[in-house]
Amino acid sequence: MQRADQSPLSIYHSYLEQGQLAYQYSPAAQRAVFFPRLVCPFTGSADLEWRIASGQGTVYASTIVYPKNSAPYNVALIDCDEGFRMMSRVEGLPPEEVVCGLRVQLKITRDQPDEAPLPAFVPADPADIARSGPC
Amino acid sequence: MLTPTRGAAAIVGAAESDLGAVAPGLSPIDLMAQGVKRALDECGLQLADVDGVFCTTSQVRLPSLMLCEYLGLQPRYSDSSNIGGASFMSHLAHAALAIDAGLCNVAIIAHGCTQRTAGRSMAQVRDFNPYESPFKPFMPASAYALAAARHMHQYGTTREQLAEVAVAARDWARLNPAAWSRGPLSIADVLAAPMVSSPLTIRDCCLVTDGGGALVVTSAARAKNLKKPPVYLLGAGESVTHMSISSMADLTVTGAARSGPTALAMAGLGVSDIDVVGVYDAFTINTIMFLEDLGFCPKGEGGNFISGGRIAPNGALPVNTNGGGLSYCHPGMYGLLMMIEAVRQLRGECGARQVKNCNLALTHGNGGTLSSQATVILGTAATL
Repeated sequence: MQRADQSPLSIYHSYLEQGQLAYQYSPAAQRAVFFPRLVCPFTGSADLEWRIASGQGTVYASTIVYPKNSAPYNVALIDCDEGFRMMSRVEGLPPEEVVCGLRVQLKITRDQPDEAPLPAFVPADPADIARSGPC
Repeated sequence: MLTPTRGAAAIVGAAESDLGAVAPGLSPIDLMAQGVKRALDECGLQLADVDGVFCTTSQVRLPSLMLCEYLGLQPRYSDSSNIGGASFMSHLAHAALAIDAGLCNVAIIAHGCTQRTAGRSMAQVRDFNPYESPFKPFMPASAYALAAARHMHQYGTTREQLAEVAVAARDWARLNPAAWSRGPLSIADVLAAPMVSSPLTIRDCCLVTDGGGALVVTSAARAKNLKKPPVYLLGAGESVTHMSISSMADLTVTGAARSGPTALAMAGLGVSDIDVVGVYDAFTINTIMFLEDLGFCPKGEGGNFISGGRIAPNGALPVNTNGGGLSYCHPGMYGLLMMIEAVRQLRGECGARQVKNCNLALTHGNGGTLSSQATVILGTAATL
């Protein structure tokens, strides 16, 4: 196995910087791998291709986190159409409307200018956003 | 998987350390040592007899070295594997294997945690996961909340059913003088409590207390001549499925679906044989999912199963009779205290909460974010 010149995390972040959500694909296993890594967990192979996700996905599970001194916010697990699951959040609608099965679309955002970009999601159907009003 | 021989090893000593909010300045190793001393005293063995050491805590890096130094032990065999709260069920299985293989003869299994007096941030290093942490979940609560949300979506489990788990635990705790929370608790109280990570309120979440304890384990042969009746290890099973919640394949099915049947098969028993049950109730959803995965009811029916007081005092199935992590004590990792309760139930030492004719206990530990699962079946001499 070759020396790793760049970490999977830094490659992932560099794609996000370019506005793309990247994941890995294992040709041997014929399935997506996420989080990015050096070794395929399905086959043990080091042969993993980087691919760009369409950004389409479905909410698998969702929770509203209630900090003591600030506004509640959403945390969700998203099943991306390419066959991998990731933690994220769904923005653009009240957190209680983020329910299992909601179709969502990637929207890369940044909480702090000096932090890495975050792969957040918004509802895929604009009507879902309109229904919840401006936010 | 390598499994120990049914009944070849037995728990002969079991004791809690100080619990709840301990004296300021006590360390996790102080609590381990206190548990070891009490557990040895009750069975009549000495520190000099101990040649196997198993322990862990999330508070220090090298717990077995610290405990051995503290107690002046140079054991033949030691193990401080950490798979979270299920570590101690795993330690028991590994201790039995080590005893069976002649690697040691008297093993101690210990835990200690001072997270309440030391402060949680001091007591536990949180791993930063670059794929999860930026979204600021409350860990571990949000992971279990996601599982609860999915279980409710998929199976129609209700908020009230989750609350009933907390109420049953509290009703047991009210019978246990050592429990931290002993005031009355209703389903309405649980629902009205402050939300932590939906659908879980603070009353769906385990306590944050200090605590610890120890078990003394030896061969069945040596166990016969000690002060307490031996509690035999009849079955054990373990499963590790993931670390982070985003890597869990199905949030409604845990590794208990593997560890439970493995342990029961080794014991030659079915769930209907079990007299008293312990399932690691870090959050109310745990009790429901573990009872399903262990086979006490079909998948998805856990909410209905626990309803109507079935797992509460005077219910058909006694579950978490000490009051559980929800109301008795939750010192970061709770698995060791669960086994102490099982031992006491099998010895008939539980007073007001004693389960009648109690000969077989199933105790199921959980670690991480539903990540590691370990089940042990314990029995009295009558079950050999």
